Amino acid sequence: MNAILNWFAGIGVTTRGAIARLGFATRFLVAVVKASGTTFLRPRLLIRELYHAGVLSLVIVLMSGLFVGMVLALQGYETLVRFGATEAMGVLVALSLVRELGPVVAGLLFASRAGSAITAEIGLMKTTEQLAAMEVMAVNPIARVVAPRFWAGVISLPFLAALFSTLGIYGGYLVAVKLIGIDGGAFWGQMQAAVDWRYDVMNGVIKSIVFAFAVSLIAVFEGYDATPTAEGVSAATTRTVVTSALAILTIDFVLTVFMFRGSVNG
Amino acid sequence: MNKRAIDIWVGFFVAIGVAALFFLALKVGNLLNFKEERNGYELMVKFDNIGNLKPRAPVKSAGVVVGRVEKIRLDPQTFQASVRIHLENQYQFPRDTIATIFTSGLLGEQFVGLEAGGDTEMLKDEQEIKKAQSAIQIEKLISQFMFNQAQSGASAGAGNAGNTNPSAGVKP
Amino acid sequence: MPTRIDKIPAMSSSPTPDGVARSENAGDGSPMIELSEVAFGYTKARQILSGVTLSVPKGKLVAVMGGSGCGKTTILRLLCGQHAATSGRVKVSGKNIDEMSRDELFSHRRRLGMLFQFGALFTDMTVFENVAFPIREHTDLPEPVLHDLVLMKLNAVGLRGAAHLKPSELSGGMARRVALARTIALDPELVLYDEPFAGLDPISLSIVGQLIRKLNDALGMTSILVTHDIMESLKIVDYIYFIADGKVVAHGDVESIRRSTDPFVKQFVNGEPDGPVRFHYPAKPLAEAFSGASA
Repeated sequence: MNAILNWFAGIGVTTRGAIARLGFATRFLVAVVKASGTTFLRPRLLIRELYHAGVLSLVIVLMSGLFVGMVLALQGYETLVRFGATEAMGVLVALSLVRELGPVVAGLLFASRAGSAITAEIGLMKTTEQLAAMEVMAVNPIARVVAPRFWAGVISLPFLAALFSTLGIYGGYLVAVKLIGIDGGAFWGQMQAAVDWRYDVMNGVIKSIVFAFAVSLIAVFEGYDATPTAEGVSAATTRTVVTSALAILTIDFVLTVFMFRGSVNG
Repeated sequence: MNKRAIDIWVGFFVAIGVAALFFLALKVGNLLNFKEERNGYELMVKFDNIGNLKPRAPVKSAGVVVGRVEKIRLDPQTFQASVRIHLENQYQFPRDTIATIFTSGLLGEQFVGLEAGGDTEMLKDEQEIKKAQSAIQIEKLISQFMFNQAQSGASAGAGNAGNTNPSAGVKP
Repeated sequence: MPTRIDKIPAMSSSPTPDGVARSENAGDGSPMIELSEVAFGYTKARQILSGVTLSVPKGKLVAVMGGSGCGKTTILRLLCGQHAATSGRVKVSGKNIDEMSRDELFSHRRRLGMLFQFGALFTDMTVFENVAFPIREHTDLPEPVLHDLVLMKLNAVGLRGAAHLKPSELSGGMARRVALARTIALDPELVLYDEPFAGLDPISLSIVGQLIRKLNDALGMTSILVTHDIMESLKIVDYIYFIADGKVVAHGDVESIRRSTDPFVKQFVNGEPDGPVRFHYPAKPLAEAFSGASA
């Protein structure tokens, strides 16, 4: 009996902790947005962080996109050939990438490549008292350190997701048309007939923007909130990747329900 | 890494990012065709039953996509489905065109098919297609078939005590 | 303002045995900082400070000493307004810090410099950018003026040649000197040093010590030095406060500290392992703690 009560008490404590953290994160987001004026008045800070978050994530995102697209085409062929519908390959590859895989996989890659780096950097600055030093110099570390990284993440991820989808479609094209020998005209034509720019492409972009906000907030919050020790920073970095992944997948489900519910495309 | 190199890289990143967005919108999502579509005209059709027709379903003539379903609502006076379709300007149809709701394949998506008539006058924007054929509902077909079977079965076994109620399995 | 910096005498290669000659004309003696009966604790159960009273006259260099974890760093945090005292008053130039508005606290921090324990240099910037950071953030100086100003500050700590290096390329002593240059970049009136000697070799240690003294006198600053390095402190400071168990247990100028018969001060100055500060953490008598004895 007691064991069961303890178990419930454990769940209660965990839930309370989780809700409290969510509250802190929300308050932190408000503080970051309030301090963002400085970031946009001083683009140099933002450009530096765009380089770290965006440019340095390019290689992994482009490579992954290309290979995901190629694998999609190979696997799709296996299925479509049974129904004699291999012309629909373009549709399959493009819709999978634009609606789901682009935003989601790019988001996951971004969280592990750039998000963890942001957390580690901010956490380390906290550990080595660099943030405290700024505060004592009457410089707001949220405006100077956190906000540029947050906005760089928010700007980078939608671009990275679009690049992922583009490279993926190109990879699918390479496999479907150049390797398997499906007619190129049918590949592009069917794709263009089936993919709607407003419905599919825009919704995919909206997804990637929502993910960008979520991952960037998690990354900067975990860094700023990290326990200022070596262990604390490493734990925070891990939390960034895990929480981001969970957040992306949960939000993706919710968004998909609202965006694509009960729709059949022509 | 000096400032200039960072500027160049970030500029490059943003440029290819925007290019990718354009690629998705234009080449994949066919935004250009969409724009042409916007320059088209709209027609009304009334169907008794539209089945599973959805907004944005294609409108085809002789198998070629000529437009899309824009809006579907129920006409409160006639209790018919009022379907608004959007056609591209390059496709003009005679006034006695017949609109039918087809299903691609046995259970596939539904679309509006236009069959051109012989009238010399063409349909104008906001005009109505008078001749319309409703969707074939597979449930109705099946129940009709069952009804016929039951009836023929009943008449065949009329000599026996009336163990079959003709209307038993069928509800209109 | 920047012209004051060139009054700093060049580093002498052979310092006098007693460190640097102390200036006689620093300040007018009115208290820059006053703490009266200040108490502070992060939690109610664990009080870190319980009634600290001390005052620092303008232009003086004062050391606050005590064992590790006795609350010295907390005093500095109270002085820069990072924490608020639980009770008592913390006054800077006659103004109570707890009553300062956000803007007042901001301008207080702009007139204050703090040297962190391990320098807290920004690792993603060069030495030059580190020193330029507070100037860039708070002034609109044209680039050439800023450049000269930063080089003057770096010259004052003898590291003009290291301007292009990254903090990771510096030794501990050099990093501390760069941090010192950054701390004085905006010519603060009050400088707080948190363990400036921690982890330095004897040579770097005395270089940093003498720099602290010279900068204090040349720039007319008031300085508080939190440290446990008694030998170096005795060479450079004007006055010393000893803190133990959250209270001031002894204070006096260098001579009276050297001659003091107070058992705590004697233990501290001579570095005796046992005395008023116990070697053992409070525990049950040894005989009881051993399992065999209790059986």
